[in-house]
Amino acid sequence: MENTDSLDNLVAQVQGLSGCTEDLAHLASILKQSEEAISAKGAPRLHIAISLLDPAVHSLGYLFFLDAQSCDPLPKDQAEEFLNTAIHFINVCSKDQIQLAPEKFTMLCKSMKESALQLNSPMRVVLPLHNAILKLQPSPQYLTALHAEFFLVCVLAKCYTSASVVLEEQIFEIDPKKCLITPKDFLLYCYYGGMLCIGLKKFAKALEFFHHAITAPATVLSAIVVESYKKFILVSLIENGQVPSFPKYTPAVSIRYLKTCTQDYLELANSFSTRNISDLQRCVASHEDAFKKDSNLGLVKQVVSSLYKRNIQRLTQTYVTLSLEDIASTVQLASPKDAELYILRMIQEGEIFAVINQKDGMVCFHEDPEQYKTTDITQRLDEKIRQIISLERKVTSMDEHISCDQAYLSRVGRDRSRYDLEDYDLVPQKMFQTS
Amino acid sequence: MSSDDDMEVMDPPNVEAEEEQEQQKEKRKPQETSTLSLSSKTKEHSQEVSNDQMDIEAYASLYKKRTKVSRLLFIANHCNNEAMELEALRMAHEEICKGENTSHYKEVCEKINGRLGPAFTLNQEWIDTVDRRAEQRLERLEIELNGYKTNLIKESIRMGYNDLGDFYNERGDLQQAFKNFVRTRDYCTTSKHIISMCLNVILVAINLGQFHHVSNYVAKAEQTPDNLEPLIVAKLKVAAGLAYLENQKYKLAARKFVETSPDLGASFNDVIAAQDVATYGGLCALASFDRAELKSKVIENRNFKNYLELVPEVRELIHDFYASRYASCLGYLQKLKTNLTLDIHLHDHVESLYTLIRHKALIQYTTPFISVNLNRMADAFKTTVVGLEKELAALIMENQIQARIDSHNKILHARHADQRNGTFQRSLQTGTDFERETRAMLVRANLLKHDMVVRGTRK
Repeated sequence: MENTDSLDNLVAQVQGLSGCTEDLAHLASILKQSEEAISAKGAPRLHIAISLLDPAVHSLGYLFFLDAQSCDPLPKDQAEEFLNTAIHFINVCSKDQIQLAPEKFTMLCKSMKESALQLNSPMRVVLPLHNAILKLQPSPQYLTALHAEFFLVCVLAKCYTSASVVLEEQIFEIDPKKCLITPKDFLLYCYYGGMLCIGLKKFAKALEFFHHAITAPATVLSAIVVESYKKFILVSLIENGQVPSFPKYTPAVSIRYLKTCTQDYLELANSFSTRNISDLQRCVASHEDAFKKDSNLGLVKQVVSSLYKRNIQRLTQTYVTLSLEDIASTVQLASPKDAELYILRMIQEGEIFAVINQKDGMVCFHEDPEQYKTTDITQRLDEKIRQIISLERKVTSMDEHISCDQAYLSRVGRDRSRYDLEDYDLVPQKMFQTS
Repeated sequence: MSSDDDMEVMDPPNVEAEEEQEQQKEKRKPQETSTLSLSSKTKEHSQEVSNDQMDIEAYASLYKKRTKVSRLLFIANHCNNEAMELEALRMAHEEICKGENTSHYKEVCEKINGRLGPAFTLNQEWIDTVDRRAEQRLERLEIELNGYKTNLIKESIRMGYNDLGDFYNERGDLQQAFKNFVRTRDYCTTSKHIISMCLNVILVAINLGQFHHVSNYVAKAEQTPDNLEPLIVAKLKVAAGLAYLENQKYKLAARKFVETSPDLGASFNDVIAAQDVATYGGLCALASFDRAELKSKVIENRNFKNYLELVPEVRELIHDFYASRYASCLGYLQKLKTNLTLDIHLHDHVESLYTLIRHKALIQYTTPFISVNLNRMADAFKTTVVGLEKELAALIMENQIQARIDSHNKILHARHADQRNGTFQRSLQTGTDFERETRAMLVRANLLKHDMVVRGTRK
C-alpha cells in the first residue's frame, strides 16, 4: 500500500508543483530521485497516473510517467497506443518544462521512434520529431541527439522535403551538457543529413555534411565515416567531377585508412577522371556487387550520367556548332537521338545554353547569357555579404572567447615567458614615452 | 710535387682548351672552314636520312671513348635494320678493341654473332691478356693507394683514387669508378681539385644514366668560389642541360643549352658533340620558349648561332617556326625524326618534344586572328580538316587556345573572356567557399571545445 501512496503522492506533487519555475526545479529533482520507484510500478498503474495529468500543463511529470512505460520493447497493440500518446504529448508539451529533463525527453523520443519503426510507419513520427527538436533546442543553432533520429525517420519515410527546414538551419553549437549528444549522434546527423540532401539533389550541401563527418575529430575510424566517405566520393564526382584531397585538419586515422576502405570507389573516381565513358562503365560493372552491397548503386548510376553531361558541357566550351552525330560519337552516346535527349534535358535544367537545329541535325552552343547586370545579382551579392558579416561576427566572438579561456592563456603564457622577454619590457617603456 | 701532379690530372681538358684558343686566335678562318665542312657533312647526312639510312660513320666520328660505344650499341639495338645494325656493331667493335673494356667486348661479339666474318669473333686470348694486364694494374694501383694512405699525404691519396677511378672507368665498371671519384672529394684542397672531381663524377654519372647526380655535382662545381674557365662553364652547362632534359624539364634544359658558349667545341665529345648541343637546345627551345624568348635567346644569340650553323636543319626549322612557315618547319622535323629516335639521350623525348612543338605551332598560328578558316589552316599544317579539328579541340579543352570551333562552317572563332562576368563569378564562388570553410571550422572548433572526439569503446 506504501507503493500506491508514493505514486499518488508523486501525482499530487506533479499537479501541485507544475506552476512556477522554482517549483518546477524542485519537482525535477523529486522526480529524478524517484525515477526507479516509478519504473518499478506496473504499466496499468502508470496508465491511471497519466490519465490524471494534463500533458500541456504537467509536462514534466507526464514525461517521466510516459517514459517509464516504454522501458521494455512493447507488444504491438501497446506500441500503437504508446505511439499515439507520445505523439500527442510531444505536440502539446511545454517547452520550458521538458528542457528541465532533456535526457528523459530524448529517451522518450527515441522510444517513440522505435515504436513507429516497429509498426512500419516512420512517416507518423516525422512531424512530432521535428516538433521535439524545436522544443528541445535552446536556440536553432544547437545540435540535439534528436537531429539524427529525425533525419533517419525522414530518410526511411522518404519525406526529404519535410527535413529541408532543419537541413538549412546552420548548426554551430554542439554542447553535450545541454543536449546530451555523443560523437556518434553527430556523425549520424552528418551522414543522414547528407543522404537527405542527396535525395533533394542539393549536392553541394550534401558534400558539406559528409565533409563534417570525415573531418570530425577522431582517434579511431568509425564505420559511419567510411560510409560517409563513400558517398562523399560519389557526390563529389557528380557535383565537381573530381574528388578533393583530404584537408589538413582531417584526423590522421582517416587519412591513413579511409582510402584502403574505399578502394572500389576510388577506382571509380580514377576512371571518371579519364573522362572515358566506356572505361567508367567497365569499372562500374566490375564493382557492381560492392556498390549494390553499400546500396550506392543509384548514386553510381547518377555518376555515370553526370559524366555524359560533363563531357557535353566541355564541348560547349570548345565548339560553337557541332552536329548531333559528332556529339554522340565524342561523348560515346549510342545515337544522335540520345544526344539530342541529353542536350534537351540539360538545356531545360539550365546546365548549358544551346539551340538544337533539327533540320540540319546541328546544335548551336551559346555562351552563358548571364550578364551580371540585374538587380537580382546585386541582391544576391548583398545577401552573401550579409551572411559573411554575420559569420565573421561569430568568428570574432569565438576568438574573444578563446583569448579569455583559462587553459589557452596558461598555455600561451607559458610559451611566451620562455621566448620573448621583450614583450614585458615594451609596455612600460611605451607608457613612459607617452607620459 | 703536388702541384705538378695536379697539372697532370688537369692536363687533358686544358691542352684541348689551349688548342681551341689557338684555333680561335687564327682569326676564325680555320673554324669557319671546319664548320663548313661539317655542315656539308651533315647535309649528306640528312640526305641519307631521307633514305631512311643514317651515316653512322659520320655520326660516330663526332664522339670518342665510351659514349661512342654506347651510342653505337644503342643504334644497333634500336634501328630495326640489319645492315645498319651490323655497321654500328662493327664500329663499336673497332672502338672497343682500342680500349680495355672486356665486358663490352664480349657483349658486342655476342651481338655480332659471327655475322661479320672471322675477324669479329670472340678473341678469348685478347680478353685474357687484357684482363691479366688490368688485374696487375689494379693491384699496383691499390698498393700505391695504400702506401699513400699510410703516409697520409692528402694530395697523393686523391691522385690514387683518381687513378683507380680512371682505371675502372676504362674497364667499364662505372659503379666502382663513380665511388672512387666521389672518394677524392675528401682530399680536395683547392677549388681546382673540386672542379676536376665534379667533372669526373659528372662524366661517369652521365654514362651511368644517373642524372640526379649530374645536377648535384654541377651545382657543386658552380658553387666553387673561383672564376671558372669558360670551357668548364660550358661543360657544366651542357651536363646540367642533359640532366634537365632527362627529367623532362625542357625549358630549363633549353636555357642551359642555349647559354653554352662555343668554347665547348669538340672537347666534350666523350659525352656530347657540338651538333647535339644545337639539336637538343634547338628542339627544347622550340618546345618550351615563347616567341619573344625564342627570338632573344635563340635566334639573336650569337653564341648559340655557332652551334646552329653545325646543324642547318635545326637552324632552318627554328627560323621557319619563327617566321610561321609551319609546313616546312614540320617537314624538317619529320625528316630529322628517324635520326633523333636513334639518339641515346633524345629518343625518350622525341615524341613529347614533337607534340609540344606541334601544339605550340598550332597555338601560335591561331593567336593573332579573331576567326580562322580551318581549311586554310589545315593546308598550312599539311593535315586534314577533321584531324586539325580534333587537335584544336584537344588544345581548347586543355585551355591552351581561347577559341571555339564552328564545326558546321569550319571556322575557328577566338574567344575573349569577359573580365567583368568572370570577376562576378569568381567573387560569388569565393564567397561561398569562404562561408563553407568557416562554418566547417566553427563546427570543428565546437566539437573540440566539448571534447567530442570519436574514440574506440574498447581500451
